[in-house]
Amino acid sequence: MKARQKRLTFVALAILGVGIAAALAISSMRSNMAYFFSPSKVMAKEAPTDAVFRLGGLVVQNSLVRQTDGLTVVFDVTDNTATVKVSYTGILPDLFGEGQGVVTKGRLGKDDVFYAEEVLAKHDASYVPPEVADSLATAHAQGVAKMAENQ
Amino acid sequence: MIPEIGHLALVVALALASVQAVFPLAGSFKNRQSWMAMARPLAWGQLTFLAVAFACLLQAFLSDDFSVVYVARNSNRLLPTVYKISAIWGAHEGSILLWALLLGGWGAAVATFSRDLPPRVVARVISVLAIVGIGFLLFMLFTSNPFERIFPAPAEGRDLNPLLQDPGLAIHPPMLYMGYVGFSVAFAFAIAALLGGKLDTAWARWSRPWTLVAWVFLTVGITLGSWWAYYELGWGGWWFWDPVENASLMPWLMGTALIHSLAVTEKRGAFKSWTVLLAIFAFSLSLLGTFLVRSGVLTSVHAFATDPGRGAFILVFLCIVIGGSLALYAWRAPEVSSGGRFDLLSRESFLLSNNLLLAAFATLVLFGTLAPLIYEAMGWGKISVGFPWFNKMFLALMPFLALFMGIGHTTRWKRDEAGRLVKELWIPFLLAIGAAIAVIRFLPVVTSRSLLVPLSLGLASWILFSHLAGLWERLRHRRDIKAMAADVGSGRSYYGMLLAHLGIAMFILGATLVSNFGSETDIRMSPGDVHETAGYRFEFEGVETVPGPNYRAAKGRFLVSRGHKRVVVLEPEKRTYFTSGQPMTEAAIDWGFTRDLYVSLGEPLGGGDWALRIYYKPYVRWIWLGGLFMALGGILALTDRRYRTRSRGVDLPAGAVAART
Repeated sequence: MKARQKRLTFVALAILGVGIAAALAISSMRSNMAYFFSPSKVMAKEAPTDAVFRLGGLVVQNSLVRQTDGLTVVFDVTDNTATVKVSYTGILPDLFGEGQGVVTKGRLGKDDVFYAEEVLAKHDASYVPPEVADSLATAHAQGVAKMAENQ
Repeated sequence: MIPEIGHLALVVALALASVQAVFPLAGSFKNRQSWMAMARPLAWGQLTFLAVAFACLLQAFLSDDFSVVYVARNSNRLLPTVYKISAIWGAHEGSILLWALLLGGWGAAVATFSRDLPPRVVARVISVLAIVGIGFLLFMLFTSNPFERIFPAPAEGRDLNPLLQDPGLAIHPPMLYMGYVGFSVAFAFAIAALLGGKLDTAWARWSRPWTLVAWVFLTVGITLGSWWAYYELGWGGWWFWDPVENASLMPWLMGTALIHSLAVTEKRGAFKSWTVLLAIFAFSLSLLGTFLVRSGVLTSVHAFATDPGRGAFILVFLCIVIGGSLALYAWRAPEVSSGGRFDLLSRESFLLSNNLLLAAFATLVLFGTLAPLIYEAMGWGKISVGFPWFNKMFLALMPFLALFMGIGHTTRWKRDEAGRLVKELWIPFLLAIGAAIAVIRFLPVVTSRSLLVPLSLGLASWILFSHLAGLWERLRHRRDIKAMAADVGSGRSYYGMLLAHLGIAMFILGATLVSNFGSETDIRMSPGDVHETAGYRFEFEGVETVPGPNYRAAKGRFLVSRGHKRVVVLEPEKRTYFTSGQPMTEAAIDWGFTRDLYVSLGEPLGGGDWALRIYYKPYVRWIWLGGLFMALGGILALTDRRYRTRSRGVDLPAGAVAART
C-alpha cells in the first residue's frame, strides 16, 4: 500500500513536528515568563530575587525623584499596604503619573530596590491594568479584614 | 431624533438579518426558488439599514450632538472634521457598528458578484453571513449601543484619544476590519459547502477571490498598524508582540495558509477538508481578535478601558460559531473528503509544508497570547510572556518557510524530479550562499554570536534569486519583449505570487537589518549639546512652546549633519491636548530607503534639559514596503483572467462543470 505508507509518513512527520515545536515552545516559555507581584508580596519576600518579574501598583504622590544628571528616576509603588522603591533609567511613558497605576518589569536588587528595565505604557488615561486593579482590591480587602480584627 | 432613527435602523437590520438567516437557507434544502431568491434583496436591505445607522452616527458626530454618550466620550467641538469622522470607529461601540456595516457590505458584494454561482450556494452563503450578522447586531443592541443618550447633555465632549488623531489611524481600523470581516465570506463559503455536502474544486474557485480580497485588506491593515505604532507611539518599534497585534497576526497567518491551500484545492482537488478547516479557523481567529481587543482580559499596551460583560457575550458568540462550525465539520467532512493524489516531491507537498508551518506558528502565537489567561485560570499566578519568546518561535520556523518558498513555486504539480529541480535551482542556491558569505565577510558588525544575520539575508536572497530563476524558466522560450509583456497580462496570478514573495524577501531584509544594525539611544541633552550616532551628528537647539488647533506643543529643534553636510532639521513635538490633558509624543522622522533618522522628545528635566530618544533605523521602510508588495501581489492576482471571464467551460475541471449544471 504505497498511498497508505505515504499518508503514514506525513502523519508521523506532522506528529514529530508538533511534538518538537510544543517541547521547544514550552521549555523556552519558562525562561521568558514574568510573574506579577504586588508590593505586599514583594515585602513579604515572596518575589524571586534571581528572576525578572513584574511589579505593579499606584505611584505614590510626590515620590518621584530625578537624578540631576542622566536619566535615572526613582519612585515608590504602593498597593496601599506596602511600598516598594523602583529605580528606572530611561524615558517614562507619556501617561506615567504620580497617583496613577503603573506596571514595571525588572529585578529586585539586594538593597530591596526594584530595578525596572521597562515601564509599561498605556494608551488611555482612564485605563487601569487589570493586575493593578486586582492587587489594590486584594490589599483593600485585607486591610478591611485587619481593621475588623483590631476592633 | 436622528440617533433614534439610527437605533431603529439597527433593529430593522436585525429583523432583516433574522429573515435572511432562515429563509434562503431553508429554501436551499426545501428547493423553494422563491425563498432562495430572497437572499439577494435581503442582503442589500441589510446593508441599506446598516448604512442608515452609520450615517446617523456620522451626523451625530458632525453636529456635535453630545446628548449621545458615544459622541460625548469621543469627540469635541475643537476636533478637526476629518477626525470627527474617524472618531466613529475610535472606540468600542462605533467600531462594532463599523464591523456590522462592513459585514453587510461584504454580504451585498457577494449578492452582486455571484451571478455565475448556483442560486443554492448563494442562498446558503448569504444566510451564513446573516447568522454572523445577527450575533454582532445583538451584541450591539444589548451591550454596546452607539446611540445611547445622556440627559442632560454635556456642553462639551471629552475628545478623541489623542493617539487616534492621526491620518494613519483614521484608515488603519477600517482596513483591518475589512480583512477580519472579509474572512467571514471565506467562512460562509466553507460552511455552505459543508451544508451542501459537496466540496468540489468549483467551491474553491468561488471562494478564492473573496479570500484574497480579505487577505489584501488585512495585509494593508497590519502594515499600516505597524507603521503607525512606529511613528506615533514614539518608541520607534515596529512590532511588539502585543496581544492586540497578535490578534491581527493570527488570522493573517491562517488566511495566508488558506489562500495557498485554496490554490491546491482549486487546481488539484486535494486538501479539501483541510481548506475548509483553515477557513473556519481564519474567521474564528478574527472573532477571537475582536474578543481580545474589546474584552480587556489581557494586559496590553493597546488596551482601552473595557467592560467584562461584553467579553462574556463575545465569548459565548465565539463558542457558538467555532463549536457549531466544528461540529458541522465533524459531521460532514468525512463525506466530502477524498482528493487528488500526489508524490512527496510535488508542489502540493511544498504548499502543505507552507500550511503546516503557518498553522504551527499561528498556534504558537495563540498559545503565547493566551498563556497568561490559562495560567490565571489554573491558579498558577499572573504571568506575561515576553517578546523574546515570540521572536524565538518566529525565528525557529521562518527559515524553513523561506527555504521551502524558494523551491515550491517552481515545483510541478503532482510529481516532480529532484534532478530537474536541482538543475533549475543550483545557481540561485549558490548565489544565496554567496550572499550569506559576503555578509559575514563585509559587514563588520556581524560576529559569531549573530549568525542569524547572514542566515536571514541569505534566505532573503534565496527567495529573490530562486524566483528570478523561476521567471527565467517561464520566459526563456518567449521570443521577444512583446511576448514577455503578453505573459504578464495572461499570467497575472503568477506575477502576483512573484510580487508577494518578493515582499517577503523585502520584509526579511528590512527586519534583519533594522533589528541588528539599528541604534536606539535614550539620552539627556542640554541646548547646544551634540550627539553622534552611525555617522550622523545631532545638534540639539532647544525646545520652544507653540500652539496647535486643540493642543499646545513643546517643539524641539535638531540640526542633523553628516560630515560637513547638513542633512535635515528635525522638529519633534510633545503635545498636551486641552480637553483631556493627555500628553502625546510626535516623533520627527527623516525617512529614506536605506535609513530613517528618528528623534522624539521624552520629558523636560529642568533647566532646558530634555530626555530624548535618538534612533538610527537602517532599512526600516523595507518592512512596510514588503507588506505593500504582498498586498499589491494579491491585487494583481485578483485581476487574473479566470476570475473575470464568464465562459470558462473549457478549462473547468470536471467537478465544476458538473456542479454548474
